Amino acid sequence: MNAPSVDYTAVAPMLAVFVAALVAVLVEAFAPRAQRFIIQVFLATVSIATALIFVVYLATQDTSKTTAGGAVVIDGPALFLQGTILVLALMAVLTMADEASPESSAFTAQASAVPGSVDEARASRLGLVQTEIYPLILFSLVGMLLFPASNDLLTMFIALEVLSLPLYLLCGMARRRRLLSQEASLKYFLLGAFSSAFFLFGAALLYGFAGSVRLSAIAAAIADGGGTTAASAVVGKDGLLLMGIGLLAVGLLFKVGAVPFQSWTPDVYQGAPTPVTGFMAACTKVAAFGALLRIAYVAIPGVRWDWQPVIWVIAALTMLVGSIIAIVQADVKRMLAYSSIAHAGFILVGLLAMDRAGIGAVLFYLAAYGFTTIGAFALVTMVRTSTPDGGVGGEATHLSQWQGLGKRSPWLAAIFTLFLLAFAGIPLTSGFTSKFAVFSAAADQAPWGPGLVVVGVAASAIAVFFYIRVIVLMYFNDSVGDAVTVTRPGALTTLAVGVGVVATIGLGILPSAALGLANSSSVFLP
Amino acid sequence: MEGLETYLIVATVIAAGVLLFAGAMGAARALRPQVCSAEKSLTYESGVDAEGSGWAQSQIRYYLYAFLYLIFAVDAVYLFPWVTVVKDLGWATLGEMGVFLGVIAIGLIHAIRRGVLRWI
Repeated sequence: MNAPSVDYTAVAPMLAVFVAALVAVLVEAFAPRAQRFIIQVFLATVSIATALIFVVYLATQDTSKTTAGGAVVIDGPALFLQGTILVLALMAVLTMADEASPESSAFTAQASAVPGSVDEARASRLGLVQTEIYPLILFSLVGMLLFPASNDLLTMFIALEVLSLPLYLLCGMARRRRLLSQEASLKYFLLGAFSSAFFLFGAALLYGFAGSVRLSAIAAAIADGGGTTAASAVVGKDGLLLMGIGLLAVGLLFKVGAVPFQSWTPDVYQGAPTPVTGFMAACTKVAAFGALLRIAYVAIPGVRWDWQPVIWVIAALTMLVGSIIAIVQADVKRMLAYSSIAHAGFILVGLLAMDRAGIGAVLFYLAAYGFTTIGAFALVTMVRTSTPDGGVGGEATHLSQWQGLGKRSPWLAAIFTLFLLAFAGIPLTSGFTSKFAVFSAAADQAPWGPGLVVVGVAASAIAVFFYIRVIVLMYFNDSVGDAVTVTRPGALTTLAVGVGVVATIGLGILPSAALGLANSSSVFLP
Repeated sequence: MEGLETYLIVATVIAAGVLLFAGAMGAARALRPQVCSAEKSLTYESGVDAEGSGWAQSQIRYYLYAFLYLIFAVDAVYLFPWVTVVKDLGWATLGEMGVFLGVIAIGLIHAIRRGVLRWI
């Protein structure tokens, strides 16, 4: 019996973040309260940057390999997704760490204090800062890095839990409207626990079918029509396979927020602290689609004729439902949540192509969408209500409060307009390039691809309406007076938004380098 | 038996359970006299009048027990299978198990610093 060997270079990005997370727990335990914030932010940014350097190094090595006894695979898509997740997480951490004063922070002073209690008032008066968010973010990040790189269903499940559990907690830490935030946290936890159970049961059924949880073994079992176990009979095992795939898909489609598993998205996105919403919307989506891609392309391509029609319908419904329901939203965060549902549909379109162009398009879409999303949510944190004594209140997320922002704060309005145009997929933004890439891949390769593209273009046209409506509100309506104030962003938020702007324009005007990178990293190691 | 047919037994047991319950309750309902009164529909509290609402908040501080339980239980879950094979796996795994215990120990250290193990 041999212990599985681990290639530590290949897993170095994950290890760097994991070790930093453990150190961050010790910092919480030992560092004096006044210094925790600065130490935690330093630790988080440095560890993410280190992991990013490791990923770039591994990418230049250009060797795909499996390690840790075949449980982890480091190949082109895994590295591309890990790199994307790390860059987006760095941006998200910057927006979280940027606090002029604890009062204007998005996070509660003490999450354990009951809302409205004496304890809460005391914690707020003392100016406490909840620095546990940084270790939680790092742990979540470890799961996200492992999720698209996992080569068997059990590793994938563990990664899913590691990325989800800290997120459930982070959702409940908003400074204002704390009951709404805690409700979001509880909803996300309960529904997420259900979806994890679905995933696990699906994994169990696939194990029953193939006699292994390894993705390549499942693919091999499908190919020779039975199992690696003795007395394999195709008859009677098809049910196990199809039900297993179905249950697995429920778990993963829940995480990406596809219809009919989308109902948690608006509530959670609205309730969570806005920087966390940005982190969830961008990074979780990248990680979950990475896992979905790997299962679709490595484990179950052999039965694609069975599952493609189902995903076809889900993709069409997701695009339409997300776009149509977003029209009636009156809250910016809810609107962006429904927009993220619609985008999940667009990405599923690329997934259906089942060839290299499809993978490349999905990878590119995820990166482009992530940059724009984090930037957009960072801007949402700046628009605040003003208190009677001229101070800064909570976030003004109601759309009526965004009226006339174009005159009061031209920069913010201009950049938000850019992000909205990118979400809508207007040419010269990253949104257009990525939509074009997934649609062209699907039109060529997916079954009934042209039909799906027609649905997608129709959904995009519907979506343009509500994005443009916000732009009209900002530029062509009168301001609501002094009820709303736009805070000056700190250097860190400016940096994060700047990266978002550069990526959104850059990937729109000169997409060839990034598209080339996405396409060249679109080969899964079987 | 192969595949999904094995679940037939589970389905049969569940169906039998549902039938048993429905049969017993249905039979009791059919046989008993029905005399309704307001007192009868009250919550039964050992003969005392029920007070307050059925909803209550639970104490968040019990999470500490769950926390400590996890730290020690997860240790045991992996240590026991490991000791049965450690002779075959060699010295390297001793170091690896040390790393694993170290990670768990960080949780324990955190708990100690938070005063969880202080005797009250």
